[in-house]
Amino acid sequence: MQRAAALVRRGCGPRTPSSWGRSQSSAAAEASAVLKVRPERSRRERILTLESMNPQVKAVEYAVRGPIVLKAGEIELELQRGIKKPFTEVIRANIGDAQAMGQQPITFLRQVMALCTYPNLLDSPSFPEDAKKRARRILQACGGHSLGSYSASQGVNCIREDVAAYITRRDGGVPADPDNIYLTTGASDGISTILKILVSGGGKSRTGVMIPIPQYPLYSAVISELDAIQVNYYLDEENCWALNVNELRRAVQEAKDHCDPKVLCIINPGNPTGQVQSRKCIEDVIHFAWEEKLFLLADEVYQDNVYSPDCRFHSFKKVLYEMGPEYSSNVELASFHSTSKGYMGECGYRGGYMEVINLHPEIKGQLVKLLSVRLCPPVSGQAAMDIVVNPPVAGEESFEQFSREKESVLGNLAKKAKLTEDLFNQVPGIHCNPLQGAMYAFPRIFIPVKAVEAAQAHQMAPDMFYCMKLLEETGICVVPGSGFGQREGTYHFRMTILPPVEKLKTVLQKVKDFHINFLEKYA
Amino acid sequence: MALSTGDQSQAVRNGLRTKVLTLHSMNPRVRRVEYAVRGPIVQRALELEQELRQGVKKPFTEVIRANIGDAQAMGQRPITFLRQVLALCVNPDLLTSPSFPDDAKKRAERILQACGGHSLGAYSVSSGIQLIREDVAQYIERRDGGIPADPNNVFLSTGASDAIVTVLKLLVAGEGHTRTGVLIPIPQYPLYSATLAELGAVQVDYYLDEERAWALDVSELHRALCQARGHCHPRALCVINPGNPTGQVQTRECIEAVIRFAFEERLFLLADEVYQDNVYAAGSQFHSFKKVLMEMGPPYAGQQELASFHSTSKGYMGECGFRGGYVEVVNMDAAVQQQMLKLMSVRLCPPVPGQALLDLVVSPPAPTDPSFAQFQAERQAVLAELAAKAKLTEQVFNEAPGISCNPVQGAMYSFPRVQLPPRAVERAQELGLAPDMFFCLRLLEETGICVVPGSGFGQREGTYHFRMTILPPLEKLRLLLEKLSRFHAKFTLEYS
Repeated sequence: MQRAAALVRRGCGPRTPSSWGRSQSSAAAEASAVLKVRPERSRRERILTLESMNPQVKAVEYAVRGPIVLKAGEIELELQRGIKKPFTEVIRANIGDAQAMGQQPITFLRQVMALCTYPNLLDSPSFPEDAKKRARRILQACGGHSLGSYSASQGVNCIREDVAAYITRRDGGVPADPDNIYLTTGASDGISTILKILVSGGGKSRTGVMIPIPQYPLYSAVISELDAIQVNYYLDEENCWALNVNELRRAVQEAKDHCDPKVLCIINPGNPTGQVQSRKCIEDVIHFAWEEKLFLLADEVYQDNVYSPDCRFHSFKKVLYEMGPEYSSNVELASFHSTSKGYMGECGYRGGYMEVINLHPEIKGQLVKLLSVRLCPPVSGQAAMDIVVNPPVAGEESFEQFSREKESVLGNLAKKAKLTEDLFNQVPGIHCNPLQGAMYAFPRIFIPVKAVEAAQAHQMAPDMFYCMKLLEETGICVVPGSGFGQREGTYHFRMTILPPVEKLKTVLQKVKDFHINFLEKYA
Repeated sequence: MALSTGDQSQAVRNGLRTKVLTLHSMNPRVRRVEYAVRGPIVQRALELEQELRQGVKKPFTEVIRANIGDAQAMGQRPITFLRQVLALCVNPDLLTSPSFPDDAKKRAERILQACGGHSLGAYSVSSGIQLIREDVAQYIERRDGGIPADPNNVFLSTGASDAIVTVLKLLVAGEGHTRTGVLIPIPQYPLYSATLAELGAVQVDYYLDEERAWALDVSELHRALCQARGHCHPRALCVINPGNPTGQVQTRECIEAVIRFAFEERLFLLADEVYQDNVYAAGSQFHSFKKVLMEMGPPYAGQQELASFHSTSKGYMGECGFRGGYVEVVNMDAAVQQQMLKLMSVRLCPPVPGQALLDLVVSPPAPTDPSFAQFQAERQAVLAELAAKAKLTEQVFNEAPGISCNPVQGAMYSFPRVQLPPRAVERAQELGLAPDMFFCLRLLEETGICVVPGSGFGQREGTYHFRMTILPPLEKLRLLLEKLSRFHAKFTLEYS
């Protein structure tokens, strides 16, 4: 009942287990064809079925790799088999994976990683001294001086120290304590773990978690899995997706009726929206959290991805501290970062960390205990994180090349952000807010009534219908706004800005052409 | 601010705020979770290491971490070929370097071709890189004498632990006395009890038979199941083979009996086989549950639901830190399998370097490859040393009065039984400690040797054990075993 209500508030289209079923049916058929098992005469019912499985898991959705992406996979297979299509390749603009779209890894980072992986290379003249120094430092701190040992569950000590030093520098001297740093398997792991610890109560006292709409669907997925209550607060599309404290107030008041709101999640810079919150806004949010006694989660994985010259990244930690002791000693905060985004794009390494502020020491003990069951985050990811927070500095041999590569990636992203915003805004029936940061465009699309009806006939959310058509006709895979949440009656899609510039231009042109045709077809 | 729960009420009275997140307000299931392998005794070991670094005088010069199955931390060297290929994948510039053998380069190129953007830095498909899943399937087929494995039934994971948790998660449903019950061995690897606590599932213990080298008895499975049916809905049966902490390697007959039992009683089988490469005892052989199941034919082969797990952390590789692993599911409902993939997709993908390492584990150098000789030599050396250490451990412990150790047939641990004098048990109880925890803490304080008390794994009431790894280098291990035996004798005398 509560979940149904949450869904309605989320403004999503009808839940589409059928789209899962439909797009994977051919994959499943293929699977059973391949597996040569003697057919049984009378098959008994399985122990583990959709009916008997964990209902909370069933409720989980994750649109970024959901039905449309499964469909994209099927189409790719068809292309491989030589089936003719109106396009020659599928463009995966659904996921924030820069290197998959051709972005090159940072040389220095991979050099240090290679040295750590195969320490014989420490004798090789082909590696700069500063890379070797870092590798030695990391290896010294590892069990058996090897990336192959488990680390402490909280992460390798010296890496946590480096993270704390990075945070202190980033925040203009506001101190960070290594003891408050936990390395994680990507930021997702840390976010999931903190939410897990926070969820308690039953019925009307079940923990409520406030999340932005639109959101990155890790949050809704984890909330579903934990059987917590999702409490939506809407970002203001008219106002560049700004966060309005009045809207936070409305959401929390309404929520108190049916749950115990305890947590407030912020994504800054935003995903999918790309907005970069102003300092004033962050102060207002902190004050609100203090007033309402909410545990703050600040998802800051895009902190290195700020493009708009009018915007700056302000960490929640820094602002909290600068607001004085009443706030800085009381507000419980967890901030998250990752190696997957920024200028590094090291998604596959699953590196990340969280910094926790004002957590009860007994809770920190519980946190380490929970993490210890999974032993430790991947040590190579921890090493990658170390290089991110401890890059070459001026005077070091690798500094020049490192800076060049970093600026090149970020400059490129900024250019593509502007390009995307501009091009989308030229299309009648598409409106795109400024891409102030992150890696995505989340344009609003006008879907004619006839198309909405057609979508309903197919039992699909209208923007899913739109995106499926886009995929089938152009090979471009984007994620419908219903996967992230949006105001009722509005439609969007999220597209990454990651393809190389020329390709991106082509993609944007294709989307434009498709959209115009779509409008005509369903006029 | 270091406020204990007691201080919190005082804090409120003083006008300070209570926290949002406290022991009282947190997830109660998480509170019940315990994981002894990194539990209180290890925290004490950390403190002692800290004190040693600060120059505090102790009866020992180093803390020996014999608590965790981490071979490389105890000095075991990584396999050269694995690290060469991985380095090439990490830094493809090295593909032009003369210092790497051709077969390593070929492997690296093959893996990179299969990665997004030809880079380890791209996310992979959530079930793992297709090519690697195919290689895993082929490995399974070779291992199982040709019995087919479908890559679509193989899911790579962040260590085996990740996949075990995922499968258990799927199985948990119901409420009250229809709540899912899961049968686990006692003694067990405490990931199982921890996960069941976290998921709010019902733990159903079945006891391994210490008198018979920790054998698994179907009659004991029956007993456990019948008892459980009153208060939960038993839906899964977990087997660890080779066993952790016990090291027993199940016979083929036993595995068949377990499969028959699971089929008759409608239990989903989880087979934790991460130690499949660690078999030492002369009479023992690893039989995969998958193989035995298939060879049993109908009705079992086509219907018994099974999930089998493997990892890069153990074996001869010891690559714990890379968090590589996989699960093979057999006879899983197709729709549930899609649900499992969906669940995995929320966390995007397992670490790609770990996937790459797994690939090398399942498709090592062939006899005709340039790296084969060195690879074989290294592999044999590691396994031979482990076998020697397994034998040594059993021997030394069995020579000590009051300690008895079952044969360490496989895995990486000894789990000896220790006699503790009644006065020691009383003292422990006074201190609010499990008697074997008391013993282990004293051992740690006086010798620096850190092992995990049997109470962390489960044991029959009134018996005491500890789990110690066999991983320290051979000569060091010998010294440790003797030290430990002497300590036990001294301890026994002290509390007589």
